[in-house]
Amino acid sequence: MGGYIARRILLVIPVVIGILLLTFMVRAVIPTDAVTAMYEGQITDQEAEATTALIRAKFHLDRPWYIQFGYYVRDVARGDLGESVRLRRPVSEEIGYRYLNTLWLTLSALAIGIGIGVPAGIIAAARKDTWMDVTAMTVGLLGISMPAFFFGLLLILVFAVWLQIVPVVPRGGAALLLPALTLGLIEAAPISRLARSGMIEMLRRDHIRAARARGMSEAAVIMRHALPGTLLGILTVVGLQFGQLLGGAFIIEVIFGWRGIGELAVKAIQWRDFALTQAIILVSAGSYVAINLAIDILYVWIDPRVDYTRA
Amino acid sequence: MREAALLSVRGLAAHFVTRAGTLRAVDGVDLDLASGEVLGLVGESGCGKTVLALSLMRLVEPPGRLVAGSITFDGNDVTAMDTRTITRLRGRGMGMIFQQPRTSLDPVIRIGNQIAEPLISHAGMSRAAAAREAIALLEAVGIPGAEAKARAYPHELSGGQAQRVMIAIALALKPRLLIADEPTTSLDVTVQAQILALLRERCRALGTALILVTHDIGVVAQLADRVAVMYAGRIVEQGPVGDIFAAPAHPYTQGLLQSAPVLGRRRERLAAIEGNIPDLSRPIPGCAFAPRCDHRPTMGERCDREMPPALAVTPAHAARCWRLATP
Repeated sequence: MGGYIARRILLVIPVVIGILLLTFMVRAVIPTDAVTAMYEGQITDQEAEATTALIRAKFHLDRPWYIQFGYYVRDVARGDLGESVRLRRPVSEEIGYRYLNTLWLTLSALAIGIGIGVPAGIIAAARKDTWMDVTAMTVGLLGISMPAFFFGLLLILVFAVWLQIVPVVPRGGAALLLPALTLGLIEAAPISRLARSGMIEMLRRDHIRAARARGMSEAAVIMRHALPGTLLGILTVVGLQFGQLLGGAFIIEVIFGWRGIGELAVKAIQWRDFALTQAIILVSAGSYVAINLAIDILYVWIDPRVDYTRA
Repeated sequence: MREAALLSVRGLAAHFVTRAGTLRAVDGVDLDLASGEVLGLVGESGCGKTVLALSLMRLVEPPGRLVAGSITFDGNDVTAMDTRTITRLRGRGMGMIFQQPRTSLDPVIRIGNQIAEPLISHAGMSRAAAAREAIALLEAVGIPGAEAKARAYPHELSGGQAQRVMIAIALALKPRLLIADEPTTSLDVTVQAQILALLRERCRALGTALILVTHDIGVVAQLADRVAVMYAGRIVEQGPVGDIFAAPAHPYTQGLLQSAPVLGRRRERLAAIEGNIPDLSRPIPGCAFAPRCDHRPTMGERCDREMPPALAVTPAHAARCWRLATP
């Protein structure tokens, strides 16, 4: 098992290099020259020419790209993500607390998504073709079809405007409630459908019939014999959602004014703040890779059948 | 006369109702089994023998369901039992093993824990006691290194070992009846004989009656006290194994015996029964075997119109064939 995990971790290296190359290229792709963006409209042309040269040298922009890439990788390795063009302070400072905010939102949303989706899916599967199944799956379909921004606004309307349970512009812990609920309920939809289909498929297996034949109660059959395998199937999807949400739920964060990575990304792009944009992409992609790695390792740990002699 | 029946089945019918139609997998089965008796339930694939076996434990799953008849086990009506009672019956009174032993074990639970399950939930054993008992049960079914094997996962077992484990689970609480549905079909020939010997030995030791579901008439000859031959959802012939093999009364049984290779008897080729099994999604008013029967031309239309009742050949031997009604 150790060998498999080691190989799986080694496989991450080329992926990380790829991510670094891509984020590095953001500079080249951004339509405005970075230096111009920093000083545009603030100084005269003569001043500009002198300072431009100076700044180019400071950021090694006068060197060949591969040398620049070398500097970039070195800085990233040191935790130095550059300085925000707009905010005029280290990107890592800004991203740090933003990332934590997004992490909280993600964890709460996933907790809600799993907490609602998995039981709903199990009940729907166990009571297949009854009103409970139909209701759960109709609501689920609605959840899958509804755009996140619309659902978010709907929740604000219901909870803040009509019921007045939370303020329209909340602070502190209350501010987490509505965006987490929005994302969580939206995540619950695909999770419940997956849990249902996984559970139905599971309940058809030979070992389920054998468990019934040895006198296991229906509850024991579902919870002990069908659920673990079903959860294993859901794990992959939850992992993907986790990775995606960590990259920032752009629209939801903007709508609810949640100061996370997603909201920052929207601003960074509006500001043409290349260092910030670059860092956000790097952090998002890095999280995605890390989560995928964690899920793969978790699989080996949970499922004794996973063949860990082949990577 | 035989002792009081352990299991008595009357007019049992299990149908699969789908939009495409109703499949009459089991259609009016009468069956009796005495304590400790070994009954061979024989028939070709698709004759409903597996569904009948599952019906006895009420394990038929939707869209299939029991539509008629009664199952009396140890004096209690199985068809009328509530969920709790049927669960207890499956745990303590009846056991079942299946054709695919490896997939019949939960792939993510250790062997020992799976054997311990019924011990904990039906015999009220503690986890530790159940774990010890599981090892003893593994030893009883001839698994070497039982203590280490208890910690193994199903995918680490061979098919034969997995079936031994299934037998250990099914017999853990000394049930009065074991139903074995094609228990050796998926196994290597050399392992088949071992498993059959183990089944016979364990059932004898525990006084457990055995219903052996198989398409292999040779297996039945080896193991069974009595034989029930199933065709198109019905039992067409039933009797002591010696009588059935010496003097089969139903043309289908005769065909079945002729199509089986017999050691020491030389024959140019094995006889095959012409034709196919009937479509079970249509009601069959008469004898289901009539279209394939050699005697049909001389017997007349009664075979197509009226289902023959179980007619006695000897007091213990009966067959559903009109030829027995005409002396």
